[in-house]
Amino acid sequence: MTLLQTLTHGFWRDLPPFRLVLGLCPALAVTTAAENGMGMGLAVTFVLIFSNMFISILRRVIPGKVRIASYIVVIATLVVLVELFMKAFFFPLSQQLGIYIPLIVVNCIILGRAEAFASRNPVLPSMADGLSVGLGFTLSLTLVGSLREILGSGTWFGMPVFGAGYEPFAFMVKAPGAFLCLGLLLGLMNAWSRKRGEIFIQT
Amino acid sequence: MNLIELTLGAIFVNNILLAQYLGNCPFCGVSKKLGTAAGMGAAVIFVATLSSVFTWLAYHYILVPQDLEFLKTLIFILIIAALVQFVEIFLKKQSRALYESLGIYLPLITTNCAVMGIALLNIKHGLGFWQTLVFSTSSATGFALAIILFAGIRERMFTSPVPQAMRGTAVALVTAGIMSLAFLGFAGMVE
Repeated sequence: MTLLQTLTHGFWRDLPPFRLVLGLCPALAVTTAAENGMGMGLAVTFVLIFSNMFISILRRVIPGKVRIASYIVVIATLVVLVELFMKAFFFPLSQQLGIYIPLIVVNCIILGRAEAFASRNPVLPSMADGLSVGLGFTLSLTLVGSLREILGSGTWFGMPVFGAGYEPFAFMVKAPGAFLCLGLLLGLMNAWSRKRGEIFIQT
Repeated sequence: MNLIELTLGAIFVNNILLAQYLGNCPFCGVSKKLGTAAGMGAAVIFVATLSSVFTWLAYHYILVPQDLEFLKTLIFILIIAALVQFVEIFLKKQSRALYESLGIYLPLITTNCAVMGIALLNIKHGLGFWQTLVFSTSSATGFALAIILFAGIRERMFTSPVPQAMRGTAVALVTAGIMSLAFLGFAGMVE
């Protein structure tokens, strides 16, 4: 892959959580509002860029047998940093996201990129890969969050969208709405990529 | 909160999968056959209960006295990873049959957010030791219940005419949505 391909593959070809079906839990859990989705996405992006960087630097040092454990230590350290940073500067958001911030540790996207990309590529492409996949994840989460917030509470990033007469479709901000919204979006994306004649990756 | 309320609440009202959205990757990944779903469910019950006990002890007897609560993410994931490895080695030596039925699911569990999630929820809700034991077992039972029910539905779906674009994960998510709607009916059962 060239650097440009590495920088852009996260936006469509490997767009998480739709094309890479990884990291579904935060995509379902925190997307009750656009702002939460975006905050979560950016936190994951930060962890992803730096975990890819450190793992790529250490790729010749880490023995193959204990690599997963070593990756988890790197990732967990970064997550603790993000947790403390968000508590210090974005307190209301960190309260909203709750236990889903520490749960970034077990987000399969991060471990997946470490294993699939950073462990066998130099530092710069690895960071580019983290940036691209992370921003793709942020975009998806913001999109799902916007849809659910607009339909479910009639606002977008906290600003009212419809007039005062709008009756919020509260189902969308509850758990079933999350599953339905993500499932239907995934279906739409599959239909679109079939139409474009791309290889069908969903099974 | 008494223990019965805690149990029912964790299994039905706040089902870890369908209401708290934890553990969705295995939920979509290993729910294609009833047998594998049951194996995964059993492995999660086993590991989640053990790891909740150990993380609770570590939090209250090591981290809190040293004022190191902020390290809980790092310590918890290490405890879970070590425990999973240990359980795997132990089962391989002691109980061949159990190892063969749970074995392949164990490594996957380290990155199962349900296990880590339950450990974090115990701390967040400020539960005592026995409450932690009950809450984590019943949360994991809720996970097993949901994944087994879901696998039953998915086995049926194999033979049904699902539109091309919705095949696989897409229709699985929509089905999970409908199941989660059914579980919403339990709200109000506790408190």
